[in-house]
Amino acid sequence: MGATTLTTRADETGLAPLHRPNKRWTRFILPGFTWLMIVYLASPIFVMILYSFNDVPVVPVKQTPKFWGFTLRWWRDPFGVPGMPEAVRLSLEIAPLSALVATTLGALLGLALGRYRFRGKGPMNFLIFIAIAVPEIVLGSSLLSLFITWPDVPVLGSFAPGLGFTTILLSHIGFSVAFVAVTVRARVQTLDRSLEDAAQDLFADPVTTFFKVTLPLIAPSILAGFLLAFVLSLDDFVITNFVSGASATFPIFVYGATRIGLPPHVNVIGTMLFAAGVLAAVANLAIQSWRARR
Amino acid sequence: MPEVDVRLDRVTKDFGETVAVDDVSLDIPEGEFFSLLGPSGCGKTTTLRMIGGFEEPTRGTIYLKGRDVTDLPPYKRDVNTVFQSYALFPHLNVYENIAFGLRRRKVPKDEIDQRVKEVMKLVDLVGFEKRRPSQMSGGQQQRVALARALVNRPKVLLLDEPLGALDLKLRKQMQLELKRIQSEVGITFIYVTHDQEEAMTMSDRLAVMRAGKIEQIGPPEEVYENPQTEFVASFLGASNLLEGELKESANGVATVLAIGGTVVHLPAERAPFRVGTRVKVGVRPEKVHIAVDDGTEPPPGFNSVTGILRMSTYIGVSHQYKVEGPGGHTLTVWVQNLGDTPPPHPGDRVRLAWRWEHTFAVLPQEGLVLEEEE
Ligand SMILES: Nc1ncnc2c1ncn2[C@@H]1O[C@H](COP(=O)(O)OP(=O)(O)OP(=O)(O)O)[C@@H](O)[C@H]1O
Ligand SMILES: [Mg+2]
Repeated sequence: MGATTLTTRADETGLAPLHRPNKRWTRFILPGFTWLMIVYLASPIFVMILYSFNDVPVVPVKQTPKFWGFTLRWWRDPFGVPGMPEAVRLSLEIAPLSALVATTLGALLGLALGRYRFRGKGPMNFLIFIAIAVPEIVLGSSLLSLFITWPDVPVLGSFAPGLGFTTILLSHIGFSVAFVAVTVRARVQTLDRSLEDAAQDLFADPVTTFFKVTLPLIAPSILAGFLLAFVLSLDDFVITNFVSGASATFPIFVYGATRIGLPPHVNVIGTMLFAAGVLAAVANLAIQSWRARR
Repeated sequence: MPEVDVRLDRVTKDFGETVAVDDVSLDIPEGEFFSLLGPSGCGKTTTLRMIGGFEEPTRGTIYLKGRDVTDLPPYKRDVNTVFQSYALFPHLNVYENIAFGLRRRKVPKDEIDQRVKEVMKLVDLVGFEKRRPSQMSGGQQQRVALARALVNRPKVLLLDEPLGALDLKLRKQMQLELKRIQSEVGITFIYVTHDQEEAMTMSDRLAVMRAGKIEQIGPPEEVYENPQTEFVASFLGASNLLEGELKESANGVATVLAIGGTVVHLPAERAPFRVGTRVKVGVRPEKVHIAVDDGTEPPPGFNSVTGILRMSTYIGVSHQYKVEGPGGHTLTVWVQNLGDTPPPHPGDRVRLAWRWEHTFAVLPQEGLVLEEEE
């Protein structure tokens, strides 16, 4: 009866029956939960984007949930609030500068900690851990005390900067270095040491080995460290608030503005920053898939 | 007389308490395929790394082509290495991996291109220029590693278990390929392996290492046929070893009285010990004849023992017999399956016989842990 069994089991194409996917409702749990989380996390951003087009009648507005209608007014003149252009500008000056310095220092530190054994390595690792773990409020207030007492220090006192650009920059570099260092350290620790042996075997002196092998291999972690430092600087409020004196970065300005009423322009700038972030992420993905295909 | 390419003169390497390499001296002539063979942790890699310049000897001197290179860093040595893990640069494609050494030596571009293409043909990788190492199979990566070293035309090529990561079939294939390439380019190969069969089939000469020391150096046949230590006898192939005492050495014949009362003769130069020394006499399993014991004495020039056949294993081309000999020793015998005499059966009383010249004697060594071969 073999032949009969065969015809009943196979469909018209002569192939084994298709596997029907599970139809039970439970298979919606995970996707459903995922989407809920996405909505939960992204809704403030969508509100921000939406409100950057909010046609509010008077500026500044006291926080109002009302959506008055659609306008491009704020997009045409995103900096049209007194104080805001200066704040955005200060942020965009401090962020790349502090990220650059922090990346240089942090990458060297990460390389040393990931690679070499030296005196003080343990304390250094601990210090980095502390720098990341300590609450910002503590870091901010201690930095402020430092900057305030600096002018009274003999000799060095004459180099003391007033609260403002320099103190913000120094603080941002300070808290970013640790983050860059751990990012780079993690990469260096997993680096295959025999690659450097191979480079030296192939007539590369230590300096060439570093630039031709080590650096290219840890470059992604250095870039990641830079972006992290950049965003941390752009975003920081607590520490900056302690050390900024009369200057205001964008977060400080926004915080100040909310007390009188948030100008819709802030939503425009926020949307721009968000778009820049998305763009960077997409570019990163594109580069990675291009590299993988090459 | 070919020039000596690599010379190690009483080289020792300590890692803190561990003595990884212990007073090793070696002379490797030009063009030789030389293997370092030994169990895990015996110091093979460390020896190779000292020749390559990656480790500095604690004591002793290393010469390359007669020049003292002991303090020379790797990038100044005319030696290239094929690393155990290949160590291919993941951020460079195959072409750039191979060209790396030539670029560092500032070889003109046209010549680089020509030499890279040439070596890629040699290792049969034409068409893979643009691939990343991660996009290649283990065997292909192994050949890239080989090409990357060979393209520099070093005086000496160091290979650290280059076939360790490959499966048996590919391993056999690459062994032949390596041997072909070596005879084609004619440079000295120093080859590290813990696979005794690999070392024997490929090498002109080999050194058996144990615990940082070289136990014996010589051509494979010599080391195999005439092992000088118990360790070498057991590590390089299977051996039947009988404990005994050297009773006499006269007229070119040494006589050993083995446990169980067996008298074993062997050429005197194979037992260069004082009379009365405790020794172990040995013979390789394939050198032994086996027959059902019918009381006939073996012909002159043969040693012989009788025993009970305990196990007979059919392996296709041969039979393996386990015989319980005098003093409870188990002796292994391999007999080619000629099929002209009926094989003995388990339980039979059998006589084993082998030539005096196939017998060797070694001093017993303490602390030898050798797993039973399967
Ligand atoms: N960098 C190091 N620091 C401390 N000990 C080491 C170091 N390198 C090797 N050793 C020790 O030296 C001994 C010899 O090591 P080596 O790597 O030369 O062995 P090997 O013969 O290559 O073994 P395997 O076949 O497992 O690769 C080992 O006991 C090892 O633990
Ligand atoms: Mg090794």
